[in-house]
Amino acid sequence: MGQSAPSAETPIVMLGRQGNRRLVLAADAGARAAGLRIGMPASKAQVLVPNLQSFDLDAAGDADALDRMALWSLRYAPIVAADPPDGLIIDTTGADHLHGGEETMLDGLVSRMAASGITARAAVADTWGAAHACARFLSRPTFVSPVGQVTAIVRELPIAALRLPNDIVEGLLTLGFERVGEVEAAPRASLTLRFGPELGRRLDQAMGRRSEPFEPVRSAELIEVRRAFGEPIGAAETIARYAGKLVEALCEALEAKGLGARRLDLLFHRVDNRIEAIRAGTAVPVRDIKRLTRLLTDRIETVDPGFGIELMTLTATLAEPFGARQIISSLVEEPEPDITDLIDTLANRIGEQRLYRFAPVESDVPERSVRRVAPTAPDDGTSWPGEWPRPPRLLTHPEPIETMALLPDHPPVWFSWRGTRRRVARADGPERVYGEWWQRDAELIAVRDYFQVEDESGDRFWIYRAGDGEDPETGSHKWFLHGVFA
Amino acid sequence: MGQPAASPAIAALRERIARLEGGPARDRATLPFGVPTMDKALPGGGLALGALHEVAGGRNGAIDGAAAALFAAGIAARTKGKVLWCVTRQDLFAPALAQAGLLPGRVVYVEAGDEASVLACFEEGLRHGGLGAVVAELARLSMTASRRLQLAAETSGAVGIAIRRWRRQTEATDFGQPTAAVTRWRVSALPSRPLPVPGVGRARWQLELIRVRAGESADFEVEACDDKGRLALFSGLADRPPKARHGPVRAIG
Repeated sequence: MGQSAPSAETPIVMLGRQGNRRLVLAADAGARAAGLRIGMPASKAQVLVPNLQSFDLDAAGDADALDRMALWSLRYAPIVAADPPDGLIIDTTGADHLHGGEETMLDGLVSRMAASGITARAAVADTWGAAHACARFLSRPTFVSPVGQVTAIVRELPIAALRLPNDIVEGLLTLGFERVGEVEAAPRASLTLRFGPELGRRLDQAMGRRSEPFEPVRSAELIEVRRAFGEPIGAAETIARYAGKLVEALCEALEAKGLGARRLDLLFHRVDNRIEAIRAGTAVPVRDIKRLTRLLTDRIETVDPGFGIELMTLTATLAEPFGARQIISSLVEEPEPDITDLIDTLANRIGEQRLYRFAPVESDVPERSVRRVAPTAPDDGTSWPGEWPRPPRLLTHPEPIETMALLPDHPPVWFSWRGTRRRVARADGPERVYGEWWQRDAELIAVRDYFQVEDESGDRFWIYRAGDGEDPETGSHKWFLHGVFA
Repeated sequence: MGQPAASPAIAALRERIARLEGGPARDRATLPFGVPTMDKALPGGGLALGALHEVAGGRNGAIDGAAAALFAAGIAARTKGKVLWCVTRQDLFAPALAQAGLLPGRVVYVEAGDEASVLACFEEGLRHGGLGAVVAELARLSMTASRRLQLAAETSGAVGIAIRRWRRQTEATDFGQPTAAVTRWRVSALPSRPLPVPGVGRARWQLELIRVRAGESADFEVEACDDKGRLALFSGLADRPPKARHGPVRAIG
């Protein structure tokens, strides 16, 4: 809206026509705090809140935006659908490990949305109904329910969490029901007689007693190949064979467009209307039939064919131009073997961010001198300065040790670490590391003095004293063990 | 075969046995250590390429595996191609590996989370064929698993190094269990040679070659890896200067 956008404090509602009445169809946090509710007549809302800003609800535009968002969230999992009016549904089965686990994935999702100005709430649960309820009715913005325990959580939620029409919710409230658990405990027959079958259906869907398939969104311009089976298939070998055939067809389609696949989604439509999926990503655009087939068939055992699969679709959800590359043609220089296929295989198995290389950072503070880069990142050939001894094992958190040492710049005479007291036979140091004042103010005068010490049996350790040994402002003068040498 | 054959008949028998043991009866390529006494103790005159090797630390090294990691880094540094290093939890400090000659651009780390995944990634890496060396840090290594790894290494020709690390000293007795690894090493730190001035000299290791297929076990006392990953025997000289860093220096007098 640009300049004409109302300030954040102004209460905003969206109005729309239902039958011949103008109603409040959506309200922001400010408006809800002022006592406005969804479903309230527009005139009443305007009387209650004098400075109310109201806009007409553009239902079609909202639905379009939601669809676009669903397409965007295909980056998280292959099976995604819009859940109108205000939600997205993502089937994360078999995809969360690629994003570092369910909690990391949710946090990433919510913070990415926040970066583009959308306040999102997310929940992972065993069923669509339960996840829908948890995302909207729990106080935490992200929530991952423990497997199999979600029913207990849903029972504690208000009945509005059940995705029921407003009149049923109000009817139940009139009867004195407040929480889902209470409705569930009441006899089903009389409730069905009064409210129709919808109540029982929604309840069963939330509790996972009734399946709830949904049609995943697909963008029209994606390259997709599909194969329908007259007789449902179920054996792993059969699935693998047809996966190979689909990859062949897809690679032909990719070749025609000069593209290579970066991400593949293989969807299995089961006869019982559930959809299973395999997602495979690659580090560079790939059009190699064997390699792509390998990535997909590597994870066939995670697919549960149920009573059989009647349709398989393979989509290149992310495709990039296949760049030309120079091949080394000189006589002596041997081409470096390509290991991107190995990286893809491993990344699809354990997750992309658990595969990395270390690269140097110009910092004297040991724990800041390394950073992780992608395994396929270009190698600039730099390394760390090799003048100072560095231990092959570095403790994540330096451990405090007891020592006896002469101040200011002598190594300890002995120290005790993890219950073992060691006499220092030889020592080298100090190597003074200054704090990095540009990182934090507290590091302005902070100092660490590192020593390499060797005990009588030859074991070597990397220890440091916080502070320069004279001025207490530079550090606490306590000793720590930071690494183990060979 | 490294040892000089006693007679042509025995050489022929050895070749037959090698053929029975599987794979084509070809001379396995080896990676020499460059230390004559060590290379002499190993069949083929060096560490066999395309084979699985086990390394563990002695004493404290059984838990922290620091010396074992450097020993493995030194071997990996002398191979060609990229190196895959599989761990359950990352506590390696890459600058130290770079000081043993294994530059950061060559190593891809895999933080697999659990032992089963480490084994799977280890095998996948060994099977691939484009890697120079694959290193994995493992607590348990069963006969079955090690045989799979050995077969995978044979197909590709990469060096597989299993660094054995345990959570407790008492679990280190597991190192006695048989595996299909071609060699088994234990690396323990030795006190460094006293310098004429206060300070710590180049680290020294006791390398125990506990087991080697078609060879005899042996002990070596060596100086730790230099910046190219090479070991060295103790020099008899107490005060030998470290390698010249800035080219030759000449005094006129």
